[in-house]
Amino acid sequence: MHLKPHQLLTPEGVHTGRAAPDIDAVRARYGALVEARLYDHKASALQRQGRLATYAPYEGQEATQVGAVAPLAARDWLVASYRDAAAMFFHGYPWKNLLLTRMGDERGGHPPEGVNALPPSITVGGHMIHAVGLAWAERLQGTDAVALTIFGDGATSEGDFHEAMNFAGVYRTPTVFLCQNNGWAISMPRSQQTASETIAQKAVAYGFPGVAVDGNDVLAVEEVVAEAVARARGGDGPTLVEALTYRIHGHTTADDHRRYRVEEEVATWRAKDPLERVRLWLHGQGAWDETWQSELEERASRRIEAAVAEAESLVSFTAGEIFDATYQELTAPLRIQRSLAERDSQ
Amino acid sequence: MSVLTMAQALNSALDVALSDPRVVVMGEDIGTTGGVFRITDGLAEKHGTERVIDTPVAESGIVGAAFGMAVAGMRPVVEIQFMGFSYPAYDQVINHVARIRNRSRHRFTAPMVIRLPYGAGIGAAEHHSESTEAVYAHIPGLKVVVASTPENAKGLLLAAVDDPDPVIFMEPIRLYRAARGEVPGGRHTTPIGSAEVDRTGSDVSLVSYGAMMRETREAADRLAEDGVSAEIIDLRTLVPLDADTIVASVVRTGRAVIVHEAPLTAGYGAEIVALIQERALYSLRAPVQRVTGWDTVVPLRLAERHYMPSVARIVSAARQTLEG
Repeated sequence: MHLKPHQLLTPEGVHTGRAAPDIDAVRARYGALVEARLYDHKASALQRQGRLATYAPYEGQEATQVGAVAPLAARDWLVASYRDAAAMFFHGYPWKNLLLTRMGDERGGHPPEGVNALPPSITVGGHMIHAVGLAWAERLQGTDAVALTIFGDGATSEGDFHEAMNFAGVYRTPTVFLCQNNGWAISMPRSQQTASETIAQKAVAYGFPGVAVDGNDVLAVEEVVAEAVARARGGDGPTLVEALTYRIHGHTTADDHRRYRVEEEVATWRAKDPLERVRLWLHGQGAWDETWQSELEERASRRIEAAVAEAESLVSFTAGEIFDATYQELTAPLRIQRSLAERDSQ
Repeated sequence: MSVLTMAQALNSALDVALSDPRVVVMGEDIGTTGGVFRITDGLAEKHGTERVIDTPVAESGIVGAAFGMAVAGMRPVVEIQFMGFSYPAYDQVINHVARIRNRSRHRFTAPMVIRLPYGAGIGAAEHHSESTEAVYAHIPGLKVVVASTPENAKGLLLAAVDDPDPVIFMEPIRLYRAARGEVPGGRHTTPIGSAEVDRTGSDVSLVSYGAMMRETREAADRLAEDGVSAEIIDLRTLVPLDADTIVASVVRTGRAVIVHEAPLTAGYGAEIVALIQERALYSLRAPVQRVTGWDTVVPLRLAERHYMPSVARIVSAARQTLEG
């Protein structure tokens, strides 16, 4: 079963869609891509300096993440995983929170009120079904909000993927499944993860549409997800979107990808960079120059640096505070343990 | 004999195990890249990818498939990357792996090993620091083993592969490279079901296992500086428990402190306390103490130190037994 990935912008920056895109809208997406990349580089640098624990870089996948959340309204849910900081940020989850979690501070998991995004899922398979429950609840409660879940190609091997897809199909929940197929699950190439030719085609078996999209093309991802969101919002049920992209770096900062893949493969994908094609197109429209690029980078850097400073200024938990979110009310045995822990840490 | 880290000792055990054609090793990223902790480094190259198998990301699938292989006469050794990722396979473990012998009255059995890197202290992300041995120890039909030195890591793993029943094999992540020691070359086994008196003493018995053995030994050193003679028992196997070694020690010292990093409530320490009161109550000169992780989720990196049982807590618990 062959599904040609939807594409609007070639790696060379040629727009192949029917209608010309709105330049301001593309400029906005480009600004987001620039900020996403800067954050990823910053986080990797912070990890090398020992200021973050292990980090999972997403360089190369910015277009999928920015494009995926662009069609969402604030009331919509996002249930993403540990490599999806950019998607989460552009759905309102602050850089500060994303950094805190990576620093090893639980308060990262508490985004501001009104941000409908769960903390990043660390387990690979468990979160997709949550987007089914969230979307289902929204419908039961009479809203038109939808839920988008982002997961990797490896996650589609977990049994939980099947259950999530099946529930969504059976109950026609307003859920959008976005598989961010970056080619690798740690050291396992996509070809060994599933015998299916594509991941998108798996949707057929669950009774709803599956579409493939060039995951390095922000405009195409946005268009495809917007259609899926519209279907979900309109009561037409779930969609599976497979975004074909690539993990430029290792699985995490603790992984050496040279052990299992060749540099040429990485180079091939660097040539399909998700930022460069947008820049080229804008340049061709006379809508990009160096000055604007610098402005974008400076503005993004300021926001990111402010988030780093804010995150690092938080005082870490006392021994007692590790108890305080175990239950709504501290139970009697925990009150005793809490005071012992406080005493021992003196 | 050579000096190896625990990681190298486990690699050596798997290498020896694979000389038995019934053995296959399977798990996520264990082939080409040698596992997230490099425990299977070089094994796929040496023994082939038919027998050192990189699997899809599917813990229930890995354990369920290994179960089928075991029933059909193979000896699968499964690696789950972190204990906290083993729960998707829990249904397979409890409902099938642990029970097929009883369900079929010995007609079918599942001799297999499930290796679970476990424990906190490495500043990892959520789910990477679990020590949930109690949820496995509670299940009839499973044996539960916890390595604490390079030597017993190798010996217990080879014994687990030989065992006719399924074995949950816990490996302390923070000792993978920190623990170094003499390890016999070739085939070397440590009997399952036998605890080791790690150090003899006369005033108090410190009972521990796995990663916490390090803190327990340090605590014994500190107690010795104050003239307190602590005996250390390394359980090595949680199920089946070597009750005699524990009871003999407590009968002699009259005092006991149990140390584990898993949470207190319904933790494995409670099992030891129950055993001691059943068989050594009248020898006790003080209530048995437990030094454990708190009843909380293991905190992330910045507050993790508040969770781990410290040497100071072990020393203070031991003193409490001495003060009566």
